[in-house]
Amino acid sequence: MSILVFVEQRDGKLRSVTHEALSEAARLAPALGSPVVGICAAAADPGLASLGAYGANEVRLAANAAFARHDAAGYTAAVVAAAQELKPAAILFPASAIGRDLAPRVAARLGVGLAADCTALAAVGGKLHATRPVYAGKATQTIGFLKSPAMASLRPKVFAAMSPTGATATVVSQNFSYDAAASRARVTGLTAGEGGKLDLTEAEVIVSGGRGLKGPEHFNLIEDLAAALGGTVGASRAVVDAGWRPHGDQVGQTGKTVSPKLYVAIGISGAIQHLAGMSSSRCIVAINKDGEAPIFKVADFGIVGDAFEVVPALTAAVKKLNAHG
Amino acid sequence: MLQVVCIKQVADTETRVKTGADGKTLDPNGVTWIMNPYDEFALEQALRVKEAAGAGEVVALSMGGAGVQTTLRNALAIGADRAIHLRLDGPQPDSLQVARALAAEIAPLNASIVWLGKQAVDDDQAQVGPMLAELIGAPCVTVVAKFELAGEKAMVEREIEGGREVVEVTLPAVFTADKGLNEPRYASLKGIMAAKKKPLEEKPAVPGDPNLEILSMQLPPPRAAGRIVGSGVEAVPELVRILREEAKVI
Repeated sequence: MSILVFVEQRDGKLRSVTHEALSEAARLAPALGSPVVGICAAAADPGLASLGAYGANEVRLAANAAFARHDAAGYTAAVVAAAQELKPAAILFPASAIGRDLAPRVAARLGVGLAADCTALAAVGGKLHATRPVYAGKATQTIGFLKSPAMASLRPKVFAAMSPTGATATVVSQNFSYDAAASRARVTGLTAGEGGKLDLTEAEVIVSGGRGLKGPEHFNLIEDLAAALGGTVGASRAVVDAGWRPHGDQVGQTGKTVSPKLYVAIGISGAIQHLAGMSSSRCIVAINKDGEAPIFKVADFGIVGDAFEVVPALTAAVKKLNAHG
Repeated sequence: MLQVVCIKQVADTETRVKTGADGKTLDPNGVTWIMNPYDEFALEQALRVKEAAGAGEVVALSMGGAGVQTTLRNALAIGADRAIHLRLDGPQPDSLQVARALAAEIAPLNASIVWLGKQAVDDDQAQVGPMLAELIGAPCVTVVAKFELAGEKAMVEREIEGGREVVEVTLPAVFTADKGLNEPRYASLKGIMAAKKKPLEEKPAVPGDPNLEILSMQLPPPRAAGRIVGSGVEAVPELVRILREEAKVI
């Protein structure tokens, strides 16, 4: 019994979430099933043999000219065909925008359960157990699968990709049937984010601003610090609801749940919904005028002070550090 | 044009989560129940589509115990024309069970659009929309941040990493709404009065066999108490030193 992994590419380039999912499959393989087989839907081979270095024994290419762009119905047909042929013990997806869109369709087609956005997987007595956050991280639940295959999507940045080996994967063609012309939903274009801004869920460093910044015009303080730290900008719900920042920037229960290496919360008091979304960050720094603010209860390090004074000083100090190494 | 809005009743986002006696699910004691916040955007968009067309019907659909009717009445007060309550008591079903029960009800309605929130803020699975679409054989766009309708085609934008995909969809179709799609309205007093007279039909849900089992629910270990490095600008050099030498994050 194999483990099947959805191999995600965009614009003909393999995405790092794929390495993470394959590496986790390879770790589970001795207890759960082998070989590790990738399934990739693409217009042309994006270099699938290289995935052997991340634990794939074989990668199947489902090729269709329509797959130059995300094609949910077509990707579903490709993964379902591979699953029906291989009868894997488990199917893993990255919990990316594509993976979270695709995995439920495949699960419904196969008539099995799916655990979404998992942060830990384990093989217990030859069965997959999946641990995943609920209530935006206020708790986690562990899920067992009553039907086969077990299906899970893996939160980006949580599962470490293995150090690449010298191995290469066998690339084979996947048989599947899909008529792109008959599809009733078609991706016709992409709008770039703000200058290709890195998504919060994929960022190593996030600098978030809250109402303490007093107005959208002061977010340049946040942007400057984020740029100095090589990170991306986040925001509290209050700031998004006030229209200072787009919703894509919101961290918390009705925004994104994030786990960066470093999370800097500036002028954010720390409502329970916000804390839920960021408290799994590795290191949390809070800068806030109010020393009693709840944010300091989850922060590793804090400065009590005026953001308008502290943040520019911090940005300057980080820049100096970068310049001198 | 008939539109169905699937609504889940969830614990208020202010809830401090505690594990119930079963060790697997939320302790419901003291919990306030609300309409899933993402479903508010779904309902609002359905109402806007109906208003733009000048005709049509918006049906609010929800599954769960008797308490769900409070949330359905709220949907009626906000503007839905009628409501269907798929009655299911006992433990919360898994996503595929929910999708199956909703699909059994929705398929015969021949709706032009089925709306859902992009995810429920309790289990955060984000699965019911695309699963439902598969079961009723409709195209689906998830995490919709912008929506425009022109005849039988919808031009929508969905959030992806670092940007948005523009998708053209032919109705009938399923959409899941993201925050930012619109600004939801509140129920007016007039709406609340009118809602009392709107039809709310109760039917048994047909979820089928479970596909998943929850083995346990855990609360995250509390973070160790942090350290206030100091006050004001004077504390900056020490913070930078700590982040570099102790935490090793910069």
